[in-house]
Amino acid sequence: MWRIERRHEEFPGTVTLALRREGHLEVPALPGQFNMLYAFGAGEVAISLSGPSAPSSDPLIHTIKSQGFATQALCRLPVGAQLGVRGPFGHGWPMLDGSHRPLVIIAGGLGLAPLRPLIYRFLQGQLPARSLQVFYGARRPQEMLYREELPAWGKSFELVTSVDHADTNWNGHVGVITDPLRVSAVNVKEALVLLCGPEIMMRFCIQVLRHKGVPASSIYLSMERNMKCAIGLCGHCQWGPHLVCRDGPVFCYQDVCKWFQINGL
Amino acid sequence: MESLKLRAEHLEVLIHAIRADGYQLYGPLLDNGAITYGEIGTASDLPQGWTDEQEGGQYRLKRRADKAYFGYAVGPHSWKQYLQLPRRPVWKASNSGGDLQILEIEEAPVKLAFLGVRSCELHGIAIQDRVFSQGNYSNESYTRRRAELFTIALECTTAADTCFCMSMNTGPYVRLPSDLILTEVVNSDTHFLLIRSGSPEGEAILKQLPTEIATKTDLKQAIEAVDQTAQKMRSGPRNFDSSDLKELLYRNYDSPIWDKVAERCLSCANCTMACPTCFCSTVEDSTDLTGTKAERWERWDSCFTADLSHLSGGPVRADTRTQYRQWMTHKLATWYDQFDSSGCVGCGRCITWCPVGIDITEEVQNIRAQEKP
Ligand SMILES: Cc1cc2nc3c(=O)[nH]c(=O)nc-3n(C[C@H](O)[C@H](O)[C@H](O)COP(=O)(O)OP(=O)(O)OC[C@H]3O[C@@H](n4cnc5c(N)ncnc54)[C@H](O)[C@@H]3O)c2cc1C
Ligand code: SF4
Ligand code: SF4
Ligand code: FES
Repeated sequence: MWRIERRHEEFPGTVTLALRREGHLEVPALPGQFNMLYAFGAGEVAISLSGPSAPSSDPLIHTIKSQGFATQALCRLPVGAQLGVRGPFGHGWPMLDGSHRPLVIIAGGLGLAPLRPLIYRFLQGQLPARSLQVFYGARRPQEMLYREELPAWGKSFELVTSVDHADTNWNGHVGVITDPLRVSAVNVKEALVLLCGPEIMMRFCIQVLRHKGVPASSIYLSMERNMKCAIGLCGHCQWGPHLVCRDGPVFCYQDVCKWFQINGL
Repeated sequence: MESLKLRAEHLEVLIHAIRADGYQLYGPLLDNGAITYGEIGTASDLPQGWTDEQEGGQYRLKRRADKAYFGYAVGPHSWKQYLQLPRRPVWKASNSGGDLQILEIEEAPVKLAFLGVRSCELHGIAIQDRVFSQGNYSNESYTRRRAELFTIALECTTAADTCFCMSMNTGPYVRLPSDLILTEVVNSDTHFLLIRSGSPEGEAILKQLPTEIATKTDLKQAIEAVDQTAQKMRSGPRNFDSSDLKELLYRNYDSPIWDKVAERCLSCANCTMACPTCFCSTVEDSTDLTGTKAERWERWDSCFTADLSHLSGGPVRADTRTQYRQWMTHKLATWYDQFDSSGCVGCGRCITWCPVGIDITEEVQNIRAQEKP
């Protein structure tokens, strides 16, 4: 069984958990994949891997926002508590080949979590990317994930942050993340762009990116749908011709642009 | 596979042979004013001499003039209730002193046999096989129940007005593999079942039956009986060309027809419960009062609930328009991309059992007509 080894509160209602299972070699998960976490009696939910920082024997890292019954129960679990883990599931972010393309990451709110493993790999020189730009938008400064890490990140690559509602200490952008994205220099011909966040935010970012001239084939996004089984059997994650758990959650925009335009799908 | 002739009075021998082989036998029976499926012990359990009249939102039993055993079409039940159980325990968990244990629930093995499986229903089972057993992961409960299944298929000599298997290329002739295949012939001179086997298990049962060689006349009568069923459907109002359904629906996510259907549809989910291929399920997690024992149950779910698409920001498909569109487009279009087959076998259950008589074939035609300038 899995046990919580470390627990860190990012901000009220959102925690990052490190999970370890005694006596087991873990199946290595790929960035962008997710696990199904079960809180005893409360329910089981899809949660992306937001770590580990080194792809090896480290514990599984998950960042969870308390939204409803199951996530509340998971967020309340103390260090040492046990929980159920199934996974890893789904197709993660595209593997970068040897072409060393510039990487652009655009995250909204909790959407930074599934992208953090890639950022770690970049920092460790394990990602064949020429450069990294990260655009990160959150509602408020206090609701930014990984706040202790952000300053160091900002020194290692271009990090653009934005909040909807600023406080007096904030000196980043105020407003939606599309504004700094629109004016920033992105190598549109070569860049590989990875998006994760609320659908509406991804929609607007894609508009900006396409307008800038980024080809649809260079844009990847991670979709969220209700998930119960995570293995293509329960029908909860229907999205047009796709089952998000089986065919995603990461899709190439070129393959799904028709579906992405349809509301209520 | 040679066809043999089994006199109607010997149907009992067939039923007995299958049960004696250790199978739990299910088949059609009269229950609550409809022909449903249930456990069959003897031939007298079957709805002999009964038929049904079906239309959108209507179902009525009627006496037949003859003693046919299978002189009706499909009813509100489908075989999926025995393969994908409507509700089943998945596991039990305990959490005492911080030690979490999860115990998978092993179902006792069952040998199921289905009597009177229509061609469309064989297709329905084949479609669920693709969903549950032929991907990277499988539904263990379904796969185990399915593995031992013995089918006695039936070529339809009666079709309801709601049947449209001809349009979906799923009947009435039995073309998919089945352990045994029956065709019933009943007229003023004779009453028999033409029977052929389609597997070694079927052959082993067939050998135990008091069959006779079928004469040319017997064969001709059987073929004609199914031909006239096909003819009836071909000339009926629910005959349509299904070859371009996927493209048609992919072009029509914005059709005003969806708003029109939404004015009538109650989002009651009857269609998805009656449908032999609809496979959505959900799980329920619960704890006992002491908080140390928990259970997980799986049960049928439906795309006509907002819960199915629930996200923390609200359901993706909150209204009837998007729910009906999801259902029909999934059945007839997106299913091809997901599982390489149609999700509809043309059995007509969703038409009959819709309380307001919404008809999937009519909606296809409406969408097509709306598209024409
Ligand atoms: C691929 C993927 C990756 C994800 N990664 C993360 C992540 O890294 N971190 C994170 O925090 N979140 C992540 N999520 C989102 C997370 O799964 C949801 O926030 C979580 O499922 C909410 O569960 P809950 O029980 O807390 O919320 P609830 O809103 O209580 O929903 C739980 C379930 O109960 C049912 N339910 C509960 N209430 C209702 C209601 N009012 N009406 C209908 N049904 C209801 C629903 O079926 C729902 O599935 C991810 C989701 C996906 C699909
Ligand atoms: S959609 Fe309707 S006609 Fe088609 S298989 Fe399901 S119940 Fe039968
Ligand atoms: S189509 Fe008919 S049966 Fe299906 S949900 Fe709507 S009202 Fe109910
Ligand atoms: S979560 Fe069950 S099919 Fe995708």
